[in-house]
Amino acid sequence: MEPLDYLHDGDTVSSWLLTTDHKRIGLLYLFSITFFFFIGGFAALLMRLELLTPAGHLVQAETYNKLFTMHGVTMVFFFLIPSIPSVLGNFILPLMIGADDMAFPRMNLLSWYLFMAGGFFALSAMILGGVDTGWTFYAPYSSVYSNTRVITMAVGIIIAGFSSIFTGLNFIATIHRLRAPGLTWSRLPLFVWSLYATSLIFVLGTPVLTMSLVLIALERLFGIGVFNPALGGDPLLFQHLFWFYSHPAVYIMILPSMGVVSEIIPCFARKRIFGYGFIAGSSLAIALLGFLVWGHHMFVSGQSLYAGLVFSLFSFLVAIPSGVKVFNWIATLHKGRIYLRTPMIYALGFIGLFTIGGLTGLMLAALGLDAHVHDTYFIIAHFHYIMVGGAVMGYLGGIHFWWPKITGRLYSDFWGRVSAVVVFIGFNLTFFPQFLLGYLGMPRRFYHYPPEFQVLNVLSTAGASILGVGYLIPLVYLAWSLKYGRKAGPNPWKATGLEWTTASPPPKENFTQIPLVDSGPYRYEGEEVAFD
Amino acid sequence: MTDASAASPPFTDREQQREAARIGMWVFLTTEVMFFGALFLVYFYDQHIFHDAFASAGGRTDLGLGAGNTAVLLLSSLTMALAVRAAKQGRDRALFGRLLLTMILGSAFLALKGLEYARHIHEGLLPGASFVYEPAALARPAELFFYLYFVMTGLHAVHMLVGLAWLAVLAVRARGADGRVDLGTPAEVAGLYWHFIDVVWIFLFPMFYLVRGH
Amino acid sequence: MTLPLFPVAASTLAPRVDALMLYVLGIVLTFIVLVGGFIFFFALKYHHGSRADRSSPVYFSLPLELAWTVIPLVLTLSIFFWGAELFIAMREPPADALEVYVVGRQWMWDIQHAEGRREVDALHLPVGRPVKLLMTSADVIHSFFVPAFRVKQDVLPGRYTTMWFQASKPGRYHLFCSQYCGTSHAAMGGWVTALSPADYQRWLDGASAGGVADSASGETMAESGARLFHRLNCAACHRDGASGAGPALAGVFGRAVQLEGGGTVLADESYLRESILRPNAKIVKGWPPRMPTYEGQVDEAQLQQLVAYLKSLKGA
Repeated sequence: MEPLDYLHDGDTVSSWLLTTDHKRIGLLYLFSITFFFFIGGFAALLMRLELLTPAGHLVQAETYNKLFTMHGVTMVFFFLIPSIPSVLGNFILPLMIGADDMAFPRMNLLSWYLFMAGGFFALSAMILGGVDTGWTFYAPYSSVYSNTRVITMAVGIIIAGFSSIFTGLNFIATIHRLRAPGLTWSRLPLFVWSLYATSLIFVLGTPVLTMSLVLIALERLFGIGVFNPALGGDPLLFQHLFWFYSHPAVYIMILPSMGVVSEIIPCFARKRIFGYGFIAGSSLAIALLGFLVWGHHMFVSGQSLYAGLVFSLFSFLVAIPSGVKVFNWIATLHKGRIYLRTPMIYALGFIGLFTIGGLTGLMLAALGLDAHVHDTYFIIAHFHYIMVGGAVMGYLGGIHFWWPKITGRLYSDFWGRVSAVVVFIGFNLTFFPQFLLGYLGMPRRFYHYPPEFQVLNVLSTAGASILGVGYLIPLVYLAWSLKYGRKAGPNPWKATGLEWTTASPPPKENFTQIPLVDSGPYRYEGEEVAFD
Repeated sequence: MTDASAASPPFTDREQQREAARIGMWVFLTTEVMFFGALFLVYFYDQHIFHDAFASAGGRTDLGLGAGNTAVLLLSSLTMALAVRAAKQGRDRALFGRLLLTMILGSAFLALKGLEYARHIHEGLLPGASFVYEPAALARPAELFFYLYFVMTGLHAVHMLVGLAWLAVLAVRARGADGRVDLGTPAEVAGLYWHFIDVVWIFLFPMFYLVRGH
Repeated sequence: MTLPLFPVAASTLAPRVDALMLYVLGIVLTFIVLVGGFIFFFALKYHHGSRADRSSPVYFSLPLELAWTVIPLVLTLSIFFWGAELFIAMREPPADALEVYVVGRQWMWDIQHAEGRREVDALHLPVGRPVKLLMTSADVIHSFFVPAFRVKQDVLPGRYTTMWFQASKPGRYHLFCSQYCGTSHAAMGGWVTALSPADYQRWLDGASAGGVADSASGETMAESGARLFHRLNCAACHRDGASGAGPALAGVFGRAVQLEGGGTVLADESYLRESILRPNAKIVKGWPPRMPTYEGQVDEAQLQQLVAYLKSLKGA
């Protein structure tokens, strides 16, 4: 008799809330982060509406400052950082390596509860009046001057940080010890490599952020001068501690997306990935080099010139492995057989937008240019190209790629492609004008601005509304597919990879017998295929 | 020595499970290094700037109590190492006894620490409104020194408490095991944690007790 | 409805920044075209159902990997060197720069010219002469940003930071605070007005050149500092020669000062400021730690006047 799939194997509330099944935990995260995405998105909507007019009358200054703080905190800590690792990583990683679950299933559940507890505190901070320090919490504003709920918010981020740490720990142990027989390191799918590199950053970087925020909270509570110069402290010390994590954090946000793209491209080009070793190695190189560049956020902070020179140099070096990935992906397309299905549209869109965002990073790494564009909309455009044009597109591509596996249903590819295109267009219209605004000199975190900047701001807001629509459409057709979508077989994309050898949705124990691996990944034959 | 239980899912054999547990603990300890590391950075940076004040404030810590605590903790690491050895040999009674010894020593450490804290508070060295220090010119950075002292040794003490609870659970298991359950890896993993806390103290001791001015 | 797409270049460094930007933009556009182009080209040529030649597909090429590692590396290093050179130039003010002192506070810029005029949320300067700003904050971190000059510098509490620029054409240019500093961060700004040297001299002499109220006190900052020096009784201990209870201060600025307990420190503006607020942080060799602190008795603007005064004391 066929085993029940994981969705139906236990249907009480406690079978979900006390589950240790990595697949159910992945879905719990999916609901949580989607919730936070819409909170952060709502904040962005209000901000863009405020910025329609130069005088900015929609909300008061204090409110605006709380909105951009809320937007940054929810999007970074409660959406982007957990997104691919905690949703797709949790769900797919054990399946992909032929394991029955993560190494520490109960720790996995604990991670989700920690995330929810952190989210609870963050939401409380917002409801109890908000925080107006920016997601960057610079001292002494955050530790002395702000009158808002800094400590509550800091507690939320600290707790959520432990969720990250335990997730990373779990991934590392799982990848080391739970690979199926025959699945050597050099046969690992690139998504696994990217999760491994991401996990290294999780465990090495997050504790430093935790401590930075603990110190801010203690300084607020006890009035000691670690960062407060009036008491002999040093505000730059906070910036160093903060960015030591928060720069590698951006690689937490992008590496898994790159891993997803590395899975999608071979499947929809029906061709083995080009330069496997170099792509795998580049993930590790990015993780390592990413720890050496944090001072590029501080070129004009009062940091020494010599530090600036070193950080600038390393910031250029870290760009190289990313370029290597992009070129290898494109080379994979050569002599492939290309199917422009929804996941592929997202993956190709990722490459284009990530390339633009990443290349503008070269402008920022250049000391003499950063002096002009630092803390302007140029920076905002740069990181949104990478975080939204890159990471979110990669996340959506992964959702669309593995949706049949996760839910056992197929969605409408037509609507999938439509929303991918709407997202692409809306995204560019939102953020490209911001490059111009930034070079013109419009600073960040401004609730009003000089009148000559209005046209570009209006274009940006128009784009944002299109982008918002593009994000809403998938909710509709994906939800629709749950009830009315065609049922998916085990392998609707005719993809390689162990996750496609089991049922869609998989049974609770993943595999009815332990898979044996005898070859490397992406053994596509270049043949014509009929997808389900 | 036989195992009553096979490997628990998702593991397929016990060796795999043991290795995963070890990897998990080493990764966890790495995160702990990064936690304390951030605080060490703050200490060393401030010690560099406020060299004289830190030397002066360092003279106000109780070297006797600190040295005594160091000895207690080192001894507890010895008993812990012996406990792990007993566990690997399947000698659960010895394991239980040595765990108990380790816990007693750990508790002694915490008691001495509590005594020290009480003394410091009595002398007006708790950072905040009640902080007093002579010479007044060095008061602010001295307060910073004691703030770091309380935060770092406090964080260390919290880790000790967690460690004691962990050892207590392990001790209870050892008591009820009677050679039926292999406690080698649980003990080894707990031992790694305990030794790590010890190592952190070995850094904290010179930082707060041996940096003394003239 | 104006749609500016590129900011005016009004400083000597601005065209250099723009040139670097164009260079990098060229590289960036080249790669965007290459990447985008190849994606489109391959997606079309190798679209399923097309009759392209797919024989002998390649999965690895070391020469290609090396090429697309080394070539970008060389290009990025070229950008690094150019950017570094430009930044170093931004950090090295010419020796004959006019000195302007800035205090940023929530939410205004308090600006004092060494020659004496004081202004709020405005900076008047002459075209064709370098101007050096010595800046500090009275509260949180701010940042002094003039897009037309292509430079900004964070302004920190508790220490001085400097920046310099030389206006190259007359005009009015935005001044923004570009480091989030609280509620009215967006309102903390004003105008930098570059005047011809003649107009600047007229402005300095008292004619108001903008709509902002400012003061023409008639005395230079050094003179204001001298008055403070005497009012606060600094002169009681810091006498000329070796007769005072504290070291003589003639020529102190820029000197290498020997410290008690070894080591030397350069007596720059930050050192002078620290010595007034926290005199025991660094004791001068051979002198007892007896100087009282003036914290709470002088604000940042007054400290800058004292610093200006001390800088004017030429040495023995």
